[in-house]
Amino acid sequence: MRFMKKILLFSLTIFILNTTYAESWSSGNTLEEVNVYSYRQPYLIEPILKRFTEKTGIKVNVLFAGKGLVDKMVQEGENSPADVLLTVDIGRLSGAVNSGVSQSFKSGIVDSNIPPQYRDPNGHWVGLTARARVIFASIDRVIENEITYEELADPKWKGRVCVRSGQNDYNLALFSSLIAHHGEIEATNWLRDLKANLARTPQGNDRDQVKGIYSGECDISIGNTYYMAEMRTNEKEPQQKEWAANTKIIMPNAEGRGTHMNLSGVLLARYAPNLENGIRLIEFLTEDVAQEMYADINYEYPLKAGVGVSDMVASFGELNADTLDLITIANGREMASKMVDLVGFDE
Amino acid sequence: MVWQLFMRAIFNKFSYQKEFLETLGALFVASIIAIPILAIFYIAFSADDNIWTHLASTVLPGYIITTVIVISGVSIITLLIGVSLAWIITVYEFPFRRIMEWLCLLPLAMPAYIVAYTYGDFLDYTGFVQSNLRFLFGWDSIKDYWFPDIYSIGGSIFIMAFVLYPYIYITSRAAFLRQSITLIEMSSILGKSSLYSFFHIALPMARPAIIIGLILVIMETMNEFAAFEYFGVDTLSVGVYITWLGKNNLGGAAQIAIFMLLFVFLLMMIEKGLRKKRSFTQNNKKQISANRIKLSKGRLVLVMIICILPVLIGFLLPSLVLFDFILERIFEVELLEYSSLLFNSLFLSICAAILTTILGIFLVNTHSTSNNLIIRLSVTISRLGYALPGVVLAIGVIVPLIAVDGVLRNIFGQYFNITIGLILSGTLMAIIYAYIVRFLTISFGTIESGFATLNPDITAASRLLGKSKFSTLIKIQLPIIKPALIMSALLVFVDSMKELPATLILRPFNFDTLATNVYTYASLSDIGNASLPAMTIVVAGLFPIILINRELNRGRKG
Repeated sequence: MRFMKKILLFSLTIFILNTTYAESWSSGNTLEEVNVYSYRQPYLIEPILKRFTEKTGIKVNVLFAGKGLVDKMVQEGENSPADVLLTVDIGRLSGAVNSGVSQSFKSGIVDSNIPPQYRDPNGHWVGLTARARVIFASIDRVIENEITYEELADPKWKGRVCVRSGQNDYNLALFSSLIAHHGEIEATNWLRDLKANLARTPQGNDRDQVKGIYSGECDISIGNTYYMAEMRTNEKEPQQKEWAANTKIIMPNAEGRGTHMNLSGVLLARYAPNLENGIRLIEFLTEDVAQEMYADINYEYPLKAGVGVSDMVASFGELNADTLDLITIANGREMASKMVDLVGFDE
Repeated sequence: MVWQLFMRAIFNKFSYQKEFLETLGALFVASIIAIPILAIFYIAFSADDNIWTHLASTVLPGYIITTVIVISGVSIITLLIGVSLAWIITVYEFPFRRIMEWLCLLPLAMPAYIVAYTYGDFLDYTGFVQSNLRFLFGWDSIKDYWFPDIYSIGGSIFIMAFVLYPYIYITSRAAFLRQSITLIEMSSILGKSSLYSFFHIALPMARPAIIIGLILVIMETMNEFAAFEYFGVDTLSVGVYITWLGKNNLGGAAQIAIFMLLFVFLLMMIEKGLRKKRSFTQNNKKQISANRIKLSKGRLVLVMIICILPVLIGFLLPSLVLFDFILERIFEVELLEYSSLLFNSLFLSICAAILTTILGIFLVNTHSTSNNLIIRLSVTISRLGYALPGVVLAIGVIVPLIAVDGVLRNIFGQYFNITIGLILSGTLMAIIYAYIVRFLTISFGTIESGFATLNPDITAASRLLGKSKFSTLIKIQLPIIKPALIMSALLVFVDSMKELPATLILRPFNFDTLATNVYTYASLSDIGNASLPAMTIVVAGLFPIILINRELNRGRKG
C-alpha cells in the first residue's frame, strides 16, 4: 500500500511537470530559438523557415491557426511566447497593432529591402509579399477579357457569380477598398447587388469557387492570384489542374484605378522573449533568398525590388496595382464586416 | 469567542470531521467546474465594446433560427429512426437480429465532422455519385440535372440525424426491454393489433426514456461545430466561433454563448426531472424478449432493410470513403507525423479518462455516504460541464487560466525572482481541464449506476468488520464495480479522442491531435490527407460500443 502511494505520488509529479511544460522554461537554454505565430499555412512557410534555420542555426517553433492568434496574444499578455506574427492580410497586421501586441523596431536591412509603402510607418510590421484579388472566369462561357469590381453588381451577371464568405479576410479587404473609393452608401448597394448575383450561398474557399466554375454552377468567381497558380501545378490533387485549365484570370480595373492588392506580412511581438532572433527572422524574410522562395514556391508577388515573379505568375497578365494605401483599407475592415452582416451576404 | 462558537456550529452540522472534509472536497470539485461557466458570464457582461445591439439586429436572429431549424429537423428524424429501430429489434424476430443489435450502434464511433467531410466529398459535384451519374446519363454540367446540395441546412440535418440516432436507440431499447410483456399480451387478448400496442402502451411507457435520448441528441447538435461550419450552416456554435475568432470580439462571443448555455441548462433540468419520473413499477417477471413476433417473408425483407439502412448511411459508407482514401495514399503516409498525432491524442485522452474517473469516484462516494445539501449542490454543479459546447468551453477555460498564470507569475517574480512562462494556459493542462469539465458528468453517471448495483449488505459487512470507509471503498467496492469504472474511463477516453472545437482553440505550440489534424486538412478541402487520423478516431470509438451493447443486454432473458 505504501509502495502504491509512492508510485502514485511519483506519477503525479511526472504528470504535472510534463503537462505544464511551457516553451519558456527553455528560455535559459543554450539552444537558440524563435517562436512564430502564423496565420499562413504550414506548408507554405515551412520551406522558408527551414532555410532560416540552416543559415542561422536558430530553431523555429511554429503555431499555426486559421483564426484567433491575435486574440491569443492579447490574452497571454506579457507572458506571450510569441516573437513574431505572420499574417496573410493587412487587416490582421493593423488589428494586431491596434490590440497592442506589437512593438516597433528599426532595421536597416528591412528598410532597404522593402519599399516604404509596404512598411508600417510606425515600424511595427513589414509587408513581405503581395497578392492580387482577381476574377476567375470560365474560358468557354465568359467572353469578356476586361472587367471591373463595380461591374460585378450588374444584372448581366445574375446567378453567375461564386464567392467565398463575405466575412473572409480577403473579401473584407476588397470591400473595404470599395468603401474607400465610393463611400459607404454606394458600397453597401454594390454589395447588395452582388449578393443578388450569387449562384449559391457563400461557401468553401477560393479554390472551391473555381470548382464551382468547373462544374458549371457559376461563370465567374473572385480569388487570389496564387490559388490559380497552385491549382495549375497541383500534382497531389490532379483534378484541381482540370478546374484551373478551364478558367482564365481577368485583372479587374486594369484600365482604371488598378487591381486590389493585399499583403502578407510579419509583425514583431510586443513581449517577444527572443527579440534578437525575431528581428533576424524578419530580416531574413525580406532578403533575396526568402523573397525568391515566396515568388517561386508560393506564386506571390515579392515586395523586394529586383526579385522577379515566377513565370506562372507573369502569365496571369500585367499587374496594374491599386495604389490605395493599405492602412486605409485596414481601417475600413470593421465597417466592411458590418456591411456584410447588414446585407446578409453569407445567408 | 464568537469565532469559536461559529466554528463549533459548523462542526456540529456534520456528524464527524470526515464529512466536513468530504464536503469541502465536493465543493472544490464543483468550483473547478463552475469556473468556466462563471467566466463566460463575467466576460459577457463586462465587455467594453458592446456589440450586443449589432449582433441582435444582424446575425444573432439568423444563428438562432438556423439552430432551431436544425434541432427540429434532427430531432424528428432521430426519433423516427431511433424509436423504430429499437422497437423492431426488441419485438420482431428476423435473421441476423443479434448482429443488428449492436450494428445499429456503430455511428456512435463516427464523429459528426468526419461523417460531414466524407459525405461532402462523396456527394459533391466531383464526388463519386455525381461523377458516375454524369457518366451514366451523359450529362455535361450541373445545369443538365438536379442534385441535392449537401452543403445546406438539409444536408447538415441529414448528416447529424444519422450520426446521433443511436442515442435515442439506446434509451428507447433499454426502456422497451424493461417493459413487461404482460401488458402487451393483455392488449392482444383484448383484440388490439401489435401496432396499437406500440402506439398506445409501449410508446407512452417509454416516453421519459425516449425524451432523455432526445435531449442528448439536442445537446450534441448544439455542441457540434466543425460539421456545420463545413456545410456553411451558421448555428449558434459556429456563430460563437466566428464572433470570437473571426471578428475578434470575445465579449460578443460570450454573449452568444450565454444564449446557448441557458437553453442547454433548460434541457438538463428537463432531463433531471424525467429521470426521477421514470416508473420502475412494472412487473419484471416476464420480459418482452421472451416471445418475439415472427414475420412473413415480405415483411421480413422490409424490416431487415429498415434496420440496415441507418448503419449503412451513418457508418458503413463514410468508413468506405475513408478506406478508399487510405488505400489511395498508402505509400504516402508520413509515419512520423502520424505517430506524433496519435501519441498526443492518446496522452490527452488517457489523462482525461483517468482523472475524470477518479473525480467521479470521489463525487459518487461522497454523494452516497454524506448526503448533505452542499454536497448535493456541488454534484449538480459538477455535472453542468456537459452543457458547455466545446467552443464556449474554450472561452470559459482560457480566461481564468491566464488570470491564474498572471498571479503565479507575479508571485514567482516578486518573491523568488524567477521568470516563468505560461504554466497553465499555454499548455496541455488547459485542454485536459476542459475535457474534465465537459466529461465529468459521463464519468459520474456511469459510476453512479455502478454503485447502484452494489449490494449494500457487502458494504455494511465490511464496515461492521472494522474497515474504514476509505478502505472499504478501495478494497471492496471499487473492485466489485470495476466494469463501471472501465466503462467510465472508456467513454471519456473516446469522447476526448473525438473532441475538436475546444482542443482546436486551446492547443499550445507545435501540438496537434488526430482530430485537429483532420479539421486542418478538411478546411483545405484535402480530406484525403487526413484519412488515416480520421480512421483512427473511428476505430477508437468502436471499443465502447462493444461494452455498451453488453450493458444493454444485461439482465435480459433470451
